[in-house]
Amino acid sequence: MNSHDSTGPASTGGAAPVGADAFLKGAAPPAPSTSPAAPVVMDKPDPVPMEKLAAVTTAASGDALLRVTDLQVHFPVTQGALVARKIGAVRAVDGLNFAIRRGETLGLVGESGSGKSTTGRAIARLLEPTGGKVEFDGRDITHLSARTMRPLRRDIQMIFQDPYTSLNPRHTVGSIVSAPLKIVGDLSGDALKARVRDLLELVGLSPEHLNRYPHEFSGGQRQRIGIARALATHPKLVIADEPVSALDVSVRAQVVNLLGDLQSELGLTYMFIAHDLSVVRHISDRVAVMYLGTIVEMADRAGMYEHPLHPYTHALLSAVPVPDPAKQHRRERILLRGDPPTPLNPPAACRFNPRCWKAEEVCRTVEPPLVEIQPGHQVACHFPEERELV
Amino acid sequence: MTARPEPSAAAGTAAALVDRHYLDVRDLRVTFGTDDGDVRAVNGLSFGLERGRTLGIVGESGSGKSAASLALMGLQRGRRTTVAGEIWLDGENLVTASPERVRSLRGRQMAMIFQDPLSAMHPYFKIGDQIIEAYRVHHDVSKKVAKKRAIELLDRVGIPSAARRVDSYPHEFSGGMRQRAMIAMALSCDPSLLIADEPTTALDVTVQAQILDLLNDLQKEFNSAIIIITHDLGVVAEIADEVLVMYAGNAVEHGPVQEIFSAPQHPYTWGLLSSITRLDRTRSDRLRAVPGNPPSLIAVPDGCPFHPRCQYANLAGPATRTERPTLETVAPGHRVACHLPVEARVRIFREEVAPSL
Repeated sequence: MNSHDSTGPASTGGAAPVGADAFLKGAAPPAPSTSPAAPVVMDKPDPVPMEKLAAVTTAASGDALLRVTDLQVHFPVTQGALVARKIGAVRAVDGLNFAIRRGETLGLVGESGSGKSTTGRAIARLLEPTGGKVEFDGRDITHLSARTMRPLRRDIQMIFQDPYTSLNPRHTVGSIVSAPLKIVGDLSGDALKARVRDLLELVGLSPEHLNRYPHEFSGGQRQRIGIARALATHPKLVIADEPVSALDVSVRAQVVNLLGDLQSELGLTYMFIAHDLSVVRHISDRVAVMYLGTIVEMADRAGMYEHPLHPYTHALLSAVPVPDPAKQHRRERILLRGDPPTPLNPPAACRFNPRCWKAEEVCRTVEPPLVEIQPGHQVACHFPEERELV
Repeated sequence: MTARPEPSAAAGTAAALVDRHYLDVRDLRVTFGTDDGDVRAVNGLSFGLERGRTLGIVGESGSGKSAASLALMGLQRGRRTTVAGEIWLDGENLVTASPERVRSLRGRQMAMIFQDPLSAMHPYFKIGDQIIEAYRVHHDVSKKVAKKRAIELLDRVGIPSAARRVDSYPHEFSGGMRQRAMIAMALSCDPSLLIADEPTTALDVTVQAQILDLLNDLQKEFNSAIIIITHDLGVVAEIADEVLVMYAGNAVEHGPVQEIFSAPQHPYTWGLLSSITRLDRTRSDRLRAVPGNPPSLIAVPDGCPFHPRCQYANLAGPATRTERPTLETVAPGHRVACHLPVEARVRIFREEVAPSL
C-alpha cells in the first residue's frame, strides 16, 4: 500500500548515526545546563541522560507557568475476581518533559491512544501521575491531596470536548457557570449574579440566557457555556481537550476566534489538545506531537509545520487532506501501514519503528532521546530529516 | 486520479430532465412529523449521478445530508416520516416501489457505509458471520462459499491474515479495521451505488488516508457510483468528482469539484471555505466565521434559508426574504441557488472572498 518511495536521509546512508548529530549541519549543540532554572532536574536522584537534561533546561528558560518532568501515567491491568493481581500496565503517558510559558499556547497533537488527553487530565490532577513531576507556578503539585489541591483548582481549569455531556442537563446555565464561583466562595448574592452575567457576555452569550437549560442551546453555544464556566475563577492555565472537534465547521471558527480573543484579553495560558493539525496550527505558539505516550517532536509553530523533522510528523501532516483538489492530487502522501500498537506493550526502543519506513537496527535497540537539534526544535528520532509536505 | 470525461448528461438542468442518469433524485422531500411541527429535513433536493463518479455532499449537522441518504436507501420508513419526490435508480423509482422490492435492492444494488462501525456492527456476532449473512440474503450459496467470499473481501480491503480474522468479533478490531470490515460487508454483493455517511469522521488522519485510498481503488475496480457525505472539505477535495453543498434541507450549490473550490458562487460555500483552518495557506490571525447558527428545520426562514446569516443579503434585493431561490445553471454542470446577480457573485468572490482564502 505504501507506494511512495521512502528512503532514508541521503547524508546518513546506511550507517547508523548516534543521536541526531548526523543531521546537524550548522546548528549549534544544545547548551548544557547553564540556566539557573535547572535545579528541578539537578536534584533528581537518578541520572537523567544528557540530552534529556538539555531539552528540559531549554524549555525551562523563560517564565514557565507549567513544567512537566518525566511525567508518567500508567493504568494497571488486573486479573482475578476476588484478589486482583496486577498483570501489566497501560503506559498511557510514559516520560514527558515540557514546559508552558505564561501567555503561551502549547498544542498537543496525536492520534487516539497517544496519551494526549491523559496528559491533560494528569496536569489538571484529575488523574494521579504514576511518576515524574508536575510543577505549576513554581509549586510541585504532582501528589497534592484533594484538599491541598483545592485552592489551586481555580488556577487550572478545563474545557471538555463534548458540549452535550459536559454540562449537567438539570442545571440552568446560571447555576452551571456560577458553580465554580460558589465553590471558591469569593462572591455571593448580587455580585455573583453580576459576575455570571459578565461571563456570559464575555463568551458571546446573552445574559438573559441565565435561566435556560443546556438543551435549549446549540452545540456551539453550549461550548461557550463550558468556556464561561472554565473562565469563572480567573484561571491562569486553561486545558482545552478537543474543544472544537464536536462543532460544525462554521461554528468551529467562531469558537476558535473566541478562544484567541479571550487569551489576548485575559492573558490566559492554554494547553490545547486536539487531533486536528490545522486547528492546532492556527491556535498554538508551540506544538508537541505525541505517539504512544511519548513526545516525538516539539517545536514552535513555524518549525513544526514548515520544517517537520520526525517521520511520524511527516506522515501525520501528509495525511491531512488539503481543501484544494488540484493541489491535493499533486501532493506526496505517506501512507502509514497498520494501526498504532497498543500502549499495553509498546515496541521496544523507538516506539514508531514498526511503522517507520526509515527504521534500521538502531531504532529497534536504542530509544532515541528527545534532543534539541535546532534552537527550540526538539525531536526524538535517529534519522531526522526535513521534508516539504504541505 | 485521472480526469474522467465529463458525462454529457450533466450539462444543465434541462438536459438532466431528459437524459437519464444512473441515479436520479428529483424533488426529494423527507418530513418528520413531531409534536412541535413538521421537520423538513430534506426539502426539494434534485441531482443526478453516473456510475464511476463520486459525489461529495457537504453541509453542517441538520442540513439534511444524512436524511437524504437514508431516504435513498429506503431506510426512512417511520410512521411519522413521509418521503416524497422521485428516486430513480437504474430506471426504477424507489419511492413508489414496494418495501420488499427496495429490500431486495438494498445490499445488492446499493449499500451504505456508516460513520460509527462499532454501533453499525452487531457486537455479538463474528465479523465473518455478519458478512456471510449479508451475502447469503442475496445469493443462494452455501455457508462455505459465502465464507470464502468473506475472506476474499476482508483481504481485499486490507485486513491482515483475513482467513483468521474472519472469526473475530467487532470489539477485537481497531477503529480503522472495523471501518474496513464494514466496507467489505457493503461491497459483498458488488453494489453499483455506495453511500458512505461520514466514513472517516471517527478515524485518525493516518487511518482516514488509508480508507480514502481504499475507496478510490475500489471504485476503479467496481465502477460504482459513490456518494460520500462529509463535513470535511479536505476529504471532498481528495475524493469527489462533484460536490453538492446542502443548507437547511436543500442544495445551494452543485458542481464539479474543481469549480466548487476555485470559483464557488454561493455565499454559504464561501463561508464554509473561509471558515476552515487549512495547512496549505499562510496562517491568518482570525478565521472568517459564518455568523449565527444553522436554522431549525421546523421553522426554516422564508425566502433564501441562508439570508439571515448572509452578509450579502442586502445586495440581493427583497426577493431574498420572500422567495426561495431555485438552482440555476451558471456553467456546464454547475448550479447555484442564490438571488444575487451572477455578475455580483463573480465579482464578490474575486474581489472580497478569494483574497482571504
